[in-house]
Amino acid sequence: MTDMPAPAKSANARQSGSFEHLVYVLRANPVTLLAFGLFAFLIFCALFGPSVVPYDPLETNAAKALQPPSMEHWFGTDQIGRDVFSRVIVATRLDLSISVAAVALSFVVGSILGAIAGYWGGWLDIILNRFLDTIMAFPLFVLAMGIVAALGNTIENIIYATAIINMPFYARLVRAEVNIRRDAGFARAAKLSGNSDLRVLALHIFPNALPPMMVQVSLNLGWAILNAAGLSFIGLGVRPPTPEWGIMVAEGANFIVSGEWWLAVFPGLWLMIAVFTFNLLGDGLRDIVDPRKRT
Amino acid sequence: MLRTHPRLRAVLLRCAQAIPVVVGVVVISFVLTRALPGDPAVYFAGVMADEASIQETRVAMGLDKPLPQQFLIYVGELMRGDLGQSLTSGRAVATDLANRLPASLELTLTALLLACAIAIPLGVLAATRPGTWVDHLCRVIVTAGVSLPTFFTGIVLIYVFYYLLGIAPSPLGRLDFIYLEPEHVTGFYLIDAAIAGDWETWWGAAKQLILPAGTLALFTLAPVARMTRAAMLTALSSDFIRTARAAGLSRSRVLYGYAFRNALLPVVTTLGMVFSFALGANVLVEKVFAWPGIGSYAVEALVVSDYAAVQGFVLAMALLFVLLNLVIDLLYTAIDPRIGFDSK
Repeated sequence: MTDMPAPAKSANARQSGSFEHLVYVLRANPVTLLAFGLFAFLIFCALFGPSVVPYDPLETNAAKALQPPSMEHWFGTDQIGRDVFSRVIVATRLDLSISVAAVALSFVVGSILGAIAGYWGGWLDIILNRFLDTIMAFPLFVLAMGIVAALGNTIENIIYATAIINMPFYARLVRAEVNIRRDAGFARAAKLSGNSDLRVLALHIFPNALPPMMVQVSLNLGWAILNAAGLSFIGLGVRPPTPEWGIMVAEGANFIVSGEWWLAVFPGLWLMIAVFTFNLLGDGLRDIVDPRKRT
Repeated sequence: MLRTHPRLRAVLLRCAQAIPVVVGVVVISFVLTRALPGDPAVYFAGVMADEASIQETRVAMGLDKPLPQQFLIYVGELMRGDLGQSLTSGRAVATDLANRLPASLELTLTALLLACAIAIPLGVLAATRPGTWVDHLCRVIVTAGVSLPTFFTGIVLIYVFYYLLGIAPSPLGRLDFIYLEPEHVTGFYLIDAAIAGDWETWWGAAKQLILPAGTLALFTLAPVARMTRAAMLTALSSDFIRTARAAGLSRSRVLYGYAFRNALLPVVTTLGMVFSFALGANVLVEKVFAWPGIGSYAVEALVVSDYAAVQGFVLAMALLFVLLNLVIDLLYTAIDPRIGFDSK
């Protein structure tokens, strides 16, 4: 990324068409622009959150327990006097890391499995399809619960479980994209000019699957955050007092019936904003990549 | 007979397709039961176990045998409906699940009916009036619906309707303690109370049900509304609709007689995915509302590491989901006149 300016200039003429298209789509859909803004905000919170928040997210202060939102504590304080605002912002890093790690893992594994099955076909393809069908035969959140229960109750296993339940979507997408291009003219030409199967697959065919994959990644990130937060809401993975949105909502839920709404509402709201951002971003990216699929 | 009844053949073929999926589900759940952290025998023997009693447990559970043989034993137990013993309740897991299943089903099915009752008309309206406020409302609801974590929606609804407005009963279970449980017929309180003619209890159960079902419905509404809208738009722009209009059929006949019937097919197909989401979200909603279904049973079991109960729950949910998908596909066969003549 550091040597961006020089090649960008020469590529400018070639890229200007798609760049204009991008500007056109963004102008037609200001919601996507909003999504990009929110995305930048979330990234900022994840990177610098712990150093900009006003209070230590773990510091307790019994004298200030359960205070409603005020100028001093924007989101109020929880039952042992911790600042909810600081906790919500600091939690961004953990929540995003879990979902990004899970999605990256399912992206890589799904791409490899899908590409192999789509390119070579045959019994490999049949086995993979049966395996994916079996995963999809479970209600996915329930399968994630079962996997975490079986592997042990840690954050890493939350990531593995979320990756496993997301993997079929990527594998199917890549398999379909690779399969339709397996015998395309450019792939045959590459093969004839002496490239190995693996090279043709990785460098000539697979890159074509990337645009739809990016849309899938963005939509999937929101879903992965929801899943991970849901798992920690029922007491899996993240342990208190670590700040994490799902577990904060779970702790705050005990106080909602007595009227202390800020404990659960703010982390829940943040979780919602994060998921909303990735969903909007996914829809926006889909408009850019494939305008026909707009719904 | 099969040759003369293509539809019957399609139905049988679809039922046969479910068999490998069930086999796969059983294999995965077997792998999950054997993948316990550390040695399962040490775990099931208890904290006080010494070397000899661990060995005893291992032999008793068949863990000393080779894996294929263990799998056969596992399948044999499943055939007899034996999912193991729950450590917390001391009863068989299968019995516990069977006792609690009606509560979960009542919640999920009510929520789905509610979601379809709102989402399908909304999708149709949005498709027939593109660009109007109905269309925008549909778009907002669809995007917000998939972004809202169910447990969060539930908590907000409790705060608004129980704490602020005071019109909802306390979010604790299926029936307030002032009512007596209706006599057990189906296990669905609404149906049981209606059979017994006890409308006071029926109302009590309905009040208890409406918030959790509404929470779940909000979550499942989005995909159904989105699909209805898209399918309806596709149907409306197709040639047979143009022909029907040109032939001078009335607007409602074109819309409901032709466009809607065709748009319903993709909607029914998405119901499978919706069920997957609903069954997962069910667990979270049950925890929020202390609903005594199989979801909260699994959550309680998870907290105390009661593995047999959790694995039994996962397997039961998967089998339920396979069954639901089968029903959806059969429904599809029933409403699509084309299926059965040229299907695989």
